[in-house]
Amino acid sequence: MKSYLIKRLIAMIITLWLIITGTFFLMHSVPGSPFNEERTTNEAIQKNLEAYYQLDKPLFVQYVNYLKSLVQFDLGPSIKKSSQTVNDLLGRGFPVSFELGLYTLILAIISGITLGVLAALRHNGIIDYLAMTIAVLGISIPNFVMATLLIQQLAVNIPIFPVATWASPKHMVLPILALATGPMAIIARLTRTSMLEVLTQDYIKTAKAKGLSPVKIVFKHALRNALLPVVTVLGSLAASILTGTFVIEKIFAIPGMGKYFVDSINNRDYPVIMGTTVFYSAILIVMLFLVDLAYGLLDPRIKLHKKEAK
Amino acid sequence: MELRKQETRNISPEIPDEWFVPINKNKLESESVVRPSLSYWKDSWHRLLKNKLAMAGLFFLIALTLMAIFGPMLSPHSVETQRLTEQNLPPSSKYWFGTDDLGRDVFTRTCYGARISLFVGIMAALIDFVIGVVYGGIAGYKGGRIDNFMMRFVEILYGLPYLLVVILVMVVIGPGLTTIILALSITGWVGMARIVRGQVLQIKNYEFVLASKTFGTKTSRIIRKNLLPNTMGPIIVQMTLTIPSAIFAEAFLSFIGLGIQAPHASWGVMANDGLSTILSGYWWRLFFPTLFISLTMFAFNVLGDGLQDALDPKLRR
Amino acid sequence: MEKILQVKDLHVSFTTYGGVVQAVRGVSFDLHRGETLAIVGESGCGKSVTSQSIMRLIPEPPGKIKSGQIFLKGMDLIQLKEPELRKIRGANISMIFQDPMTALNPTITIGEQIMEGILQHKNISREQAKKAALEMLHLVGISNPEIRLKQYPHQFSGGMRQRIVIAMALVCQPDVLIADEPTTALDVTIQAQILELFRDIQKKTGVSIILITHDLGVVAQVADRIAVMYAGRIVEIGTRREIFYQPQHPYTKGLLQSVPRLDVEGAELVPIPGTPPDLFSPPKGCAFAARCPYAMEVCEKVYPFETSLSHHHYVNCWLQDVRAKALVSSNH
Repeated sequence: MKSYLIKRLIAMIITLWLIITGTFFLMHSVPGSPFNEERTTNEAIQKNLEAYYQLDKPLFVQYVNYLKSLVQFDLGPSIKKSSQTVNDLLGRGFPVSFELGLYTLILAIISGITLGVLAALRHNGIIDYLAMTIAVLGISIPNFVMATLLIQQLAVNIPIFPVATWASPKHMVLPILALATGPMAIIARLTRTSMLEVLTQDYIKTAKAKGLSPVKIVFKHALRNALLPVVTVLGSLAASILTGTFVIEKIFAIPGMGKYFVDSINNRDYPVIMGTTVFYSAILIVMLFLVDLAYGLLDPRIKLHKKEAK
Repeated sequence: MELRKQETRNISPEIPDEWFVPINKNKLESESVVRPSLSYWKDSWHRLLKNKLAMAGLFFLIALTLMAIFGPMLSPHSVETQRLTEQNLPPSSKYWFGTDDLGRDVFTRTCYGARISLFVGIMAALIDFVIGVVYGGIAGYKGGRIDNFMMRFVEILYGLPYLLVVILVMVVIGPGLTTIILALSITGWVGMARIVRGQVLQIKNYEFVLASKTFGTKTSRIIRKNLLPNTMGPIIVQMTLTIPSAIFAEAFLSFIGLGIQAPHASWGVMANDGLSTILSGYWWRLFFPTLFISLTMFAFNVLGDGLQDALDPKLRR
Repeated sequence: MEKILQVKDLHVSFTTYGGVVQAVRGVSFDLHRGETLAIVGESGCGKSVTSQSIMRLIPEPPGKIKSGQIFLKGMDLIQLKEPELRKIRGANISMIFQDPMTALNPTITIGEQIMEGILQHKNISREQAKKAALEMLHLVGISNPEIRLKQYPHQFSGGMRQRIVIAMALVCQPDVLIADEPTTALDVTIQAQILELFRDIQKKTGVSIILITHDLGVVAQVADRIAVMYAGRIVEIGTRREIFYQPQHPYTKGLLQSVPRLDVEGAELVPIPGTPPDLFSPPKGCAFAARCPYAMEVCEKVYPFETSLSHHHYVNCWLQDVRAKALVSSNH
């Protein structure tokens, strides 16, 4: 187990390094200097600025310096907001985005699994069709459409919730709902399929033959096995929630990382784009690792496999 | 019922004696039942026809395509003509979907949006298909170390969040219709490659492939003639499901200002423009583009689901 | 001998998209205490449906028990509601399924899987349940039961898993054990061990066993009585000796001839020509008539009555009629 963890850690670092390198060279392959657009700056000032941001040095030196500062968890300065570093922006934006993402994930998992299990238990019944129609709609309606729909209906037409910002729990309802619909729909469909598959397994028949109650059969025997495939997609769902925060934070004017990211894209603020991407990637890699660990905990066959691999 | 329970000591008087004669066996054997056998594609098509939701999706998509092609001709207004005297008019008999803040006709712009969405979706799916089939086909067919190496590369790409990569690429190569399709294709083919490889691995050891191999048929010919026809089911489904995700990506990018640029009409651009009008009550400017995005994605998704059910040989009974 | 289980005129059908399948069409038999009754027949003859009907485990819909009675110690199981049935399942009647690789839940320890049955039915502590589980594992011949209890199914071989499945089924000391093709998925050597285990357990616990199989070799080893099923009906039933040495129904004879025999020199393997009828629209008369070398016109028109050949040997065949016997002898 220990050697497995170390192996995973090394693999995670290599993946992150590849992403950093890719992002760095991608961002530096953009033609021209980021200061060119601003015609007000004269050449001397531009030279000074480039020196400040180390843009006058050879690319490889810049790359090594960037890696060095990254190791010290320094993501560099922002170009467009000159008084701020990327760390400042993330420090302010991350807690907000984390809150939004976490609540969304929890809501999506709980409602998705509930919907999926109900649909499977009432296979081909009204609940099944209803749940699956909701699920296809949830997958088909883009989150930014969902967000505008919710604002129009529940904030403007019937003013139950505030239109924007992230001030109180009441402010959080609409953005979380808008962001959770898609992942919820995916989880619901997956849970249903997997649950239907598990319910035809022999060990469910065995459990029935033992005289166990339907509740016990569902919760003790079926659910755990049915959720294994759901756990495996949590990583990619986290990624889609993360990209979802870009638009949701923009629409609801939530001061999170996603909003800064979109702003930095529109301003072509390369260090911020780069820093945020690296930070996002690190979060996702850790997420995937946690998902793997969770899978190992849920499925005893996996644990043994790893021990044997050692 | 009572008769059966009665003990019958070797004689049943109510049965006439003349029935106790051997029967002509030939007569019986000719009666064997033959069930009508349908070809795979015909069978699948019949199943798809029965799926009402999928058929509704198909009809909507046909209608949408017609609208994208002929819609602008039907409308007397052009996409870009600005009439500053006719800003933000609600839907009427003159402007079916109303006008926007520059006095442009929302209906005509929605039709153009359909062109862009369908074009992006279909192009992305086609490019994914070509790259995916070639890459996955080679990896699966060659197997061994080549397969290992090729798939390791795919796994790395697969692990990256799709939209984040697309955003970064868009930042570098700049916004525009072609660049969107390019950016979507950079990692989009990965899913297709995985599916094709899986299919190829599964069937490459089938006897008919082995048979053509022993006759010295060329690799490319085996892939083309034997493997591809057998892998088409899941590939068609994957393509149908790639289109809505590409349409979503285009709308998403346009919405955050990275996609189609302002004068051009894309549903994402229109939705982004319309967003600012939520409070001013010009609902049609947000309603029509978002309605069409959602309906189109819904149609492709239900059609994809329907195809999956129809083409899955496991469900064939 | 005490009749522990009585099945009377059981009819079961399934509604499928192609029509209604009459899977079981009037099956009746008794099961005595401490005996092994084998139900033999080709796949699709309704033997598994019969056994699952006894447990009332037929998925409803699409399945439906149309009519009949199933008495367990005088109580009609067909009349019982789900909650009452759950008290019977596992406690009075247990069931073992074909494939031990899939019959155990992969994510739950085998100890828990054995114990949950007894905890469900008997009001005892976990400690006592664990003790019972250990005893059971010992009974089915699993060494180091203390350690094994905490392990997961994937840590056992196929034969071991089937032993665990048997332990699981017997932990509440049921009156009846239904084993549906319990050895089909196992190696031949393991098959023999498991069959030996069945006999051993029956001696120790006195449980009555219904053995569902298509394998006459298995039947020859463990069955006291044999019921031969064809197209949803029992066509012949008798003691093992009667069925093997004095088979009366042409189908039973055909089955016996299609089994490879090593003990009879020069015995020829004779497959039964044709396939069973489809049960969407079963023939009016004897379903075997189409494949029967002795078929007469009466066979197609009327289903034969039951003929009693001895105290426990019954057959449904028109060849038992005197007029048919006259016909056969005149032909020879």
